[in-house]
Amino acid sequence: MENNLYIAVRFLLAKKRAMLMSLSGIIFGIGLFVVTQAQTSGFEHFFIRTVLGTDGALRVQDRIQETIASMKVVNPTTGAKSRVSISKERKYIEGVEFPNKIGNGLMQFENVSGVSPVLRGNGQIDTNFRKQTIQIFGINLDQHLAVSDLASQIVFGSLSDFRANPKGVMVGSMLADRVNITVGDPVILSQGGRSERFRVSAIFESGVEHVDKERVIVHLPEARVILAEPFSVTYLQANLLDTDRAVEDADQMQDVLGHSVEPWQEREKIWLDVFHALRASSALTVSTIILISGLGMFNTLAMIVMEKTKEIAILRSMGYTRQDIGQIFLMQGGLVLLAGSIFGCAFGVFGTWLVENIPLRIRGIFSTDHFVVYKSPWHYVAAVAAASVVVMIASWIPSRRAARLEPGDIIRGTAA
Amino acid sequence: MPENDHILRATNIHRYLGQGEYRVHVLRGVSLELKRGTIYSVAGPSGCGKSTLLYLLGLLDRQNDGEIWIADERMSVASDAERTAARNRFIGFVFQFHFLLPEFTTAENVMLPMRKLGKLSNKEMRDRAHELLGEVGLGNKTHRLATQLSGGEQQRVAIARSLANAPAIILADEPTGNLDVTNSNLVFDLLCKIARERGQTVLMVTHNPDLAKRTDILLRMQDGLFIK
Repeated sequence: MENNLYIAVRFLLAKKRAMLMSLSGIIFGIGLFVVTQAQTSGFEHFFIRTVLGTDGALRVQDRIQETIASMKVVNPTTGAKSRVSISKERKYIEGVEFPNKIGNGLMQFENVSGVSPVLRGNGQIDTNFRKQTIQIFGINLDQHLAVSDLASQIVFGSLSDFRANPKGVMVGSMLADRVNITVGDPVILSQGGRSERFRVSAIFESGVEHVDKERVIVHLPEARVILAEPFSVTYLQANLLDTDRAVEDADQMQDVLGHSVEPWQEREKIWLDVFHALRASSALTVSTIILISGLGMFNTLAMIVMEKTKEIAILRSMGYTRQDIGQIFLMQGGLVLLAGSIFGCAFGVFGTWLVENIPLRIRGIFSTDHFVVYKSPWHYVAAVAAASVVVMIASWIPSRRAARLEPGDIIRGTAA
Repeated sequence: MPENDHILRATNIHRYLGQGEYRVHVLRGVSLELKRGTIYSVAGPSGCGKSTLLYLLGLLDRQNDGEIWIADERMSVASDAERTAARNRFIGFVFQFHFLLPEFTTAENVMLPMRKLGKLSNKEMRDRAHELLGEVGLGNKTHRLATQLSGGEQQRVAIARSLANAPAIILADEPTGNLDVTNSNLVFDLLCKIARERGQTVLMVTHNPDLAKRTDILLRMQDGLFIK
């Protein structure tokens, strides 16, 4: 094998220019594959981190009430009367009536790391500048800090001020700009004829546009007063140790707690599907570069086999087997693949670093001022695997052809 | 069973070439025995089957009928791998065209059969290659690429390469066919001299009657058969 490698290297070096084209294609193909995957999965991961940090991994909400529709039947023979169920239906009772009990039940699941009751309702904020429709969120601060990234989202003011002040509010950054308020300003929150005066303790920025535009956070007791809801809450927000298990856990929790449980994967399905489609699409597009390089390699090797029929014949006459000849040509493809993979991965590392530093302002489903990348070794594995399949198929066909050449036919053809 | 004195034995060799209406019966029951250390030539008109016979004896082609024995091993029904191994061990070829690999130096070309045999270390192979090139008068050109030599020099390298594994038989198909008179005589004399010194058998196909007469045994061929 070492001997065949020695011959393969010599043959390869003699065709540097032709092989360089294939090599370049493989380097760019692998590198761009890695960069595009890092980008698309970077945005996806960033989005997931944002939504988990804002709305948690799970939501336990409406109570499920099973209903059975039935009809009275009379036995014609005996005259006995009975009821027969004819359909089973589900009824959803809005909200969580017993948040403490359900919350305690939720904490029994080993994957749950925190639970926070949330009372949500529509309302209005009134400032010196203007009025604006809002969503009022009543929370228990310490519990909510365990299930969200609220602490890191504060851009002005402080959590400690909110904690110390029962009449404190935290306002989304876009809302604060719109109604022209800042930390320390008085505001009035109202709903259904009820209104209460508050003071702005902090302004937060989650990065999610609809949250920052509409959400006002108050202490849960104050929310109960404004929203006239003394006992229940709208939902329980839970966080998980392993967020990937949310779907499986939600199924179990629903059965046990008798409430609908929505995992983050279902809640954000539309955007997650968009990201998946984007990743698949970019992988497919970039893979065509690898495919074209493979075609180039096939072309080059096929030409080399045609040009080297005499060399193949003399090697066979010297005692080199068909297997040796096949290996010599397959190894040429393998060597180009090896070099292409190494330089391609290096290009991927460099390209990812470069992209990470490109400024890009996005506000909407998340907030960022530059490209977001997610670095994973699996991107490199997938890129090299794709290139390997293409290059080895492209090399195998010409190598097989070379191995099947009959030396007698070739030598006879060169005789005068 | 073939006698020990004979390195190669062929009996009743038939070979057809072409298909359908173009099928030609090139060899019509050829038999021969090659003694060790003897130089043979095969002469005859074009198309009489000389080269076809040589390729069959060199296991580069398969006969349609008949038997071939090399060094007491029956090669006619051996597998492709066995025949290839036999070529590496027992047979050296010199063709009309030199078939040197242009990417390799003269020494590296001579080392190629040795690399396949795998019995010598790198240093031993290099030393042997230099020795063989010295014997053919190219000891000072071991580092040159094959493409940097003249036609006669290239053919001399091909001779050195054919001797690399000390084969029992050297099969030469018009080894002087592409050379001028001076180089033809030079190459022919070299081949015969080295073979005689090493006790190797040479079977040479040639159009050149003068060269054919200078071998130990001249076999005349016509229409696929040896003639007296």
